[in-house]
Formats: sequence, structure tokens, C-alpha cells
Amino acid sequence: MAHAPDHSSERPAILDKVRPAELPRSPLILNNRGFHWITDKVCGIVEEPTPLWWKVTFVVALFIASFTFIGLTYLVSTGTGTWGLRSPVGWGWAIVNFVFWVGIGHAGTLISAILCLLRQKWRTSINRAAEAMTIFAVMCAGLFPLFHVGRVWFGWWLFPLPNQNGIWPQFRSPLEWDVFAVSTYFTVSALFWYMGMIPDLGAIRDRATTWWRKTFYGVLAMGWRNGNRQWSNFEMAYLLLAGLSTPLVLSVHTIVSFDFAVSNVPGWHTTIFPPYFVAGAIFSGFAMVLTLMLPLRAIYRLHDVINQYHIDNMCKIILATGTMVGYAYATEFFIAAYSGNAYEKFAFINRAFGQYAWAYWIMVSCNVITPQLFWFKKVRENHALVWIICLFVNVGMWFERFVITVTSLANDYLPSSWGYYSPTIVDIFTFFGTFGFFSVLFLLFIRFLPLLPMAEVKMVTPQADPHAH
Amino acid sequence: MNERNERIHGVACTFRKASDVYHAAEKVRDAGWKQWDVHTPFPIHGMDQAMGLPRSPVPRLTLLGGLTGFVTGCLLTWYTNSFDYPIVVGGKPFWSVIFPFPVLYECTILFAAFGTFFGQFIFNRLPRHHHPLFDHPQFARVSDDTFMIVLEATDPNFHVDESRNFLQSLGGQEITIVRD
Repeated sequence: MAHAPDHSSERPAILDKVRPAELPRSPLILNNRGFHWITDKVCGIVEEPTPLWWKVTFVVALFIASFTFIGLTYLVSTGTGTWGLRSPVGWGWAIVNFVFWVGIGHAGTLISAILCLLRQKWRTSINRAAEAMTIFAVMCAGLFPLFHVGRVWFGWWLFPLPNQNGIWPQFRSPLEWDVFAVSTYFTVSALFWYMGMIPDLGAIRDRATTWWRKTFYGVLAMGWRNGNRQWSNFEMAYLLLAGLSTPLVLSVHTIVSFDFAVSNVPGWHTTIFPPYFVAGAIFSGFAMVLTLMLPLRAIYRLHDVINQYHIDNMCKIILATGTMVGYAYATEFFIAAYSGNAYEKFAFINRAFGQYAWAYWIMVSCNVITPQLFWFKKVRENHALVWIICLFVNVGMWFERFVITVTSLANDYLPSSWGYYSPTIVDIFTFFGTFGFFSVLFLLFIRFLPLLPMAEVKMVTPQADPHAH
Repeated sequence: MNERNERIHGVACTFRKASDVYHAAEKVRDAGWKQWDVHTPFPIHGMDQAMGLPRSPVPRLTLLGGLTGFVTGCLLTWYTNSFDYPIVVGGKPFWSVIFPFPVLYECTILFAAFGTFFGQFIFNRLPRHHHPLFDHPQFARVSDDTFMIVLEATDPNFHVDESRNFLQSLGGQEITIVRD
């Protein structure tokens, strides 16, 4: 300790004699990897010749994506009647899939923004991929309401643009709030993602040898020079965007839940919806992050950068949010019983024991029971099992949206207008294909953009501390 | 600036460790330099103070953007739903700050984010795809694992030989002249 900092002026004298114990912290980067190793690792993913697994997966993903294309083409050329939507269930899979995909996106913003504000340094390793996931998930989500409007060529009427009818969107409607929430969310997430990537694009540019690589990354890097005068503005902008994204992400799923909560349908008209939806969104999003990152970690041997500590943390967040979601299910039941409202009571008994009881119990077992396994360290360390549990969570959260949307609409007030909703093959094609659409985008991201934020990962290594020796 | 400095951008030197470049930066700051920069692969914690940089002005544009967004949201919802084509919906007022609040909220965030994003570009003078440093042989390593201090010729303290010696006294390696 040649240059031990002199803190005598700011600390009580006793502390110089009695040194406070240093709490051991889990290392974020294992094996004491250096800066150059990190650059090589991340740039290597982009620079290596296209691996065979990538080509095969890409073709499969394109094939799956074609199902959405077929489904939507059939829908547009025939009409929305080809979806299973009919009275009394006017909101079927379209809204279920929309809420499902938007919810997936929320973990990306949670990791990039909220964990940044909370100074959770472990976020750096998974931040970039999670943000990419957010953007692609919101793109998948946007497809459903866009095509649900029926005549998709009038989709621009959703926005306050002057049109030949001289009419405007109606801002008292939560659906219009949703247009603003989701489009703002997409835009801000994309800006945040791109801005965070600029220094890393610069790093790839600086290593580029071929003409197209120099041009592609050079243009995207905007002439970034890594100067501290630039970093100073960059860091400030990054922090501000994190600060803006935090209230944004909470508002987005709150407003999505308003689509339901502002109506007076039994089972939807509840004040618990905003926090309950946000917790569910983070829950499903983290499950999706792990679903994507565990295979990538194995393929690219990122074990030093994404280590057990990261996986543990994500599992614990899934456990916490899964428990919150379970608590919300219980609260809904209690409030329904306590409200004294016959319709509200019926809506919940009907959810658990009515014609959609099968969906309800899939939801409860996937969302409430499976994540409880993450209490055990042995489970969190078994990555195959973690991956499977995350798949269960994804399935469970899709069913949650299905249960909320469909059970309330199928059996609302008058038994004479009850019905049973089931999707058609066009619904199934369209939804199935979005997984391909998402995978195509994500695979392109892996192949052409820096998968991990190099600069941020370097920043959390011990040798990045200017006071280290 | 004297004549022999005309085609010189500055003098650069490299460091291998974050702590070395940090302490060197403090000395450059104390020597009264204004036109200089420290190039690092990642933002070094506390470097702004070590360089004596003022607080970043980006938040001003964030605030401006946020205020613009809120006002835009108010004008948009008022003009469309209350002025140009008023219709009664659910017995609610034609315009109040309450019912379109989610829209105002999102507009505020959207415009504040634009202010922040473009503010970063404006204050960093980006995009700029050509710069004398890009031709410097060591510069490509700055985004990898090397730290670099560049003293620019536009600073009144600048003198080729003296500045080179100064960098040497700071412990800088690979001291080279960067040409314009």
C-alpha cells in the first residue's frame, strides 16, 4: 500500500486504528481476466467466421417466423373473423400475446435501468443482451394490436395524425394511452440500447481489418474516441436515460394493465392490477433472460463473465417476483370475497373451478410453485434445471394473461351471453411464428453486434479501480 | 500557436494501468492544461475530478426536452379532443390534466430521452468520423486495454519538446507526435 489514501481528515481517528472488516464480495469476473481478454472474447464473437450452429438455427428461426407471415397474410386477405374472436370474447390470443411479449421486454429495462440506478454491478454482463431482448420482444408485441385493428392499412389512425375524416384519437381511452406508452417504450429502449453500444462499436471498429467491417462499425460508432471528455457526457446521458427508463418501464405495464382495469368487467376492474402486472412482467422477463443467456453462455464459453453469482441473482429475482405474483393471486381472491360483489366473487370462483380451470391451475403451478425451487442452492447450481424452470415460468405467465383475459370475458354478467373461446389455427400460427421472428432478430444481434457491454464489464474488474495497486 | 506547430495535433503517450493514468491526469490538471484529454477503454471512476472537468451539461437538454414533451402532450390532447373536434365521452371534461395524464407522462419521458440522447451527441461533437487521432498507430488499442493522454497543440502551454518531456516525467510510454 504505497499510496494509501489519507482519510484522517474525514474519518474519526479511531477508524485508523481499528480497520473496519472488508466484507468479501463475490467476484464478478472469474479467473482475474484482463481488459484484453474481455475485448477478445466479445469482439471474437462478431469476428469469427459464422458458426454452423448459427446458420442452422437461423434457418430454423426463419422457417418458424414464416408461420407469423402466413398467419397474418391469411388474416389480412380474409378478415379478423379468421381469429377465434367472437362475442362474448372479443379479446383473445391477440391481447394475451401482446401482454406476454411486452412483459418479457420489461426485464431488459429492469436490468439496464433500475439495476443501474441501484448500482448492481452484476448487471453489466447481461445488460446488452437483455436490452436487445426488450426491443425485439416489443416488436413482437406490437404486431398483435396492429393486426387486431382489422384493417391494418389504417393502423396509422392510432396516432394523432391529420386524416381525411378530420377526426382524432380519443385520449380518454386507455387503449390510446397504451399506444403512447408502448411506442415511447420502444423508442426510448432503442435509444438507450444504441447509445450504450457506441463505445463497443468503436472497439470493434478499431480492430476491423476488412473494408465493410470498418465502414459498418465505423458509421455506427459515430466517431467515438473514448476520450474522458466524451465519457463524462456519455456517463451523464447514460445515467439520465436509466433514470428516465425506470419510471417509463413501470408506467408501461401499468398502462397495459389499465386496458383491463379501467373497464368494469368483473375480474378486471381492480386496483391491484398495475403492481401485479409489473411484478409479473419482471418475473417473466427474467425467466426469458435466463432462457436465452444460459445456452449462449455455454456456446460462447462466457463462464468467467456470466458466473454462478449472476445466475444466482437472477434466480432469486425470479423467486421474489414469482412469490409476489402468487401473493397477488391470493389478494385477488380475498378482495373478491371481501367486496361483497356477487359478480366479482363469481369471476374468481369461476377462474379456479369453471370451464377454464385447467388454464388457471397450469398458471398457478408454473408461476407460484415451480419458482419456489429456487430457494435451494442445489437447484440454482443445476443450470439445466434452471433453464427448464424458466420455460415453465414463461408458459405460466402466458397462461396468466390468458386466464385474466378470457375467463372474465367468457363468463361476465348474464349467463345467456356466456361462451367458450378457443383459438383458431390462424391464431396459433401467428403466435408460434413470433418466436421465430424474435429468434431471427436475436440471432442477427448475436452475430453482428457486441453481445456484452465490453466497456462496462471492464469497469467492474478490480484493475479498473484507479486506486488499486 | 507558433508556425512549427501548425500541422501538429498534439503529443500523445500511453499508460498500461488505470491508476498510472489517473495520477498522471491529476498532474496535467495541476500544470494548468486546458486543451487535453485522457483516452480510456472504459470510464474511470473519479477521472472527471482528476482532470478538473466541470459537470456535464447534458441534464440541461434533458430538462428542456422533458418540459417540451409535457407542453406538447398538453397541446396535443387539448387541440385534438377539446378544440378541433370536441366530443363527449363518458361525461368527462373535454380537457383536463387528469384523463390524458398517461399521455402527458409518456410525452415528457420521450422528449426528455430525445434531449438526453441528442444532448450526448451535441456536447460530444459527434458524429465526427475523421479525427487526427484515428491515424495514430497506438490509438486503436485505446478501446482495448491501453490508456492515453493527448496534450493538444491549441493549448497555450504547448511546446513540442517541453510537452514531450512533461509526458515523460509523468511516466508515459510511447510518446509520439500526432499530426493533423
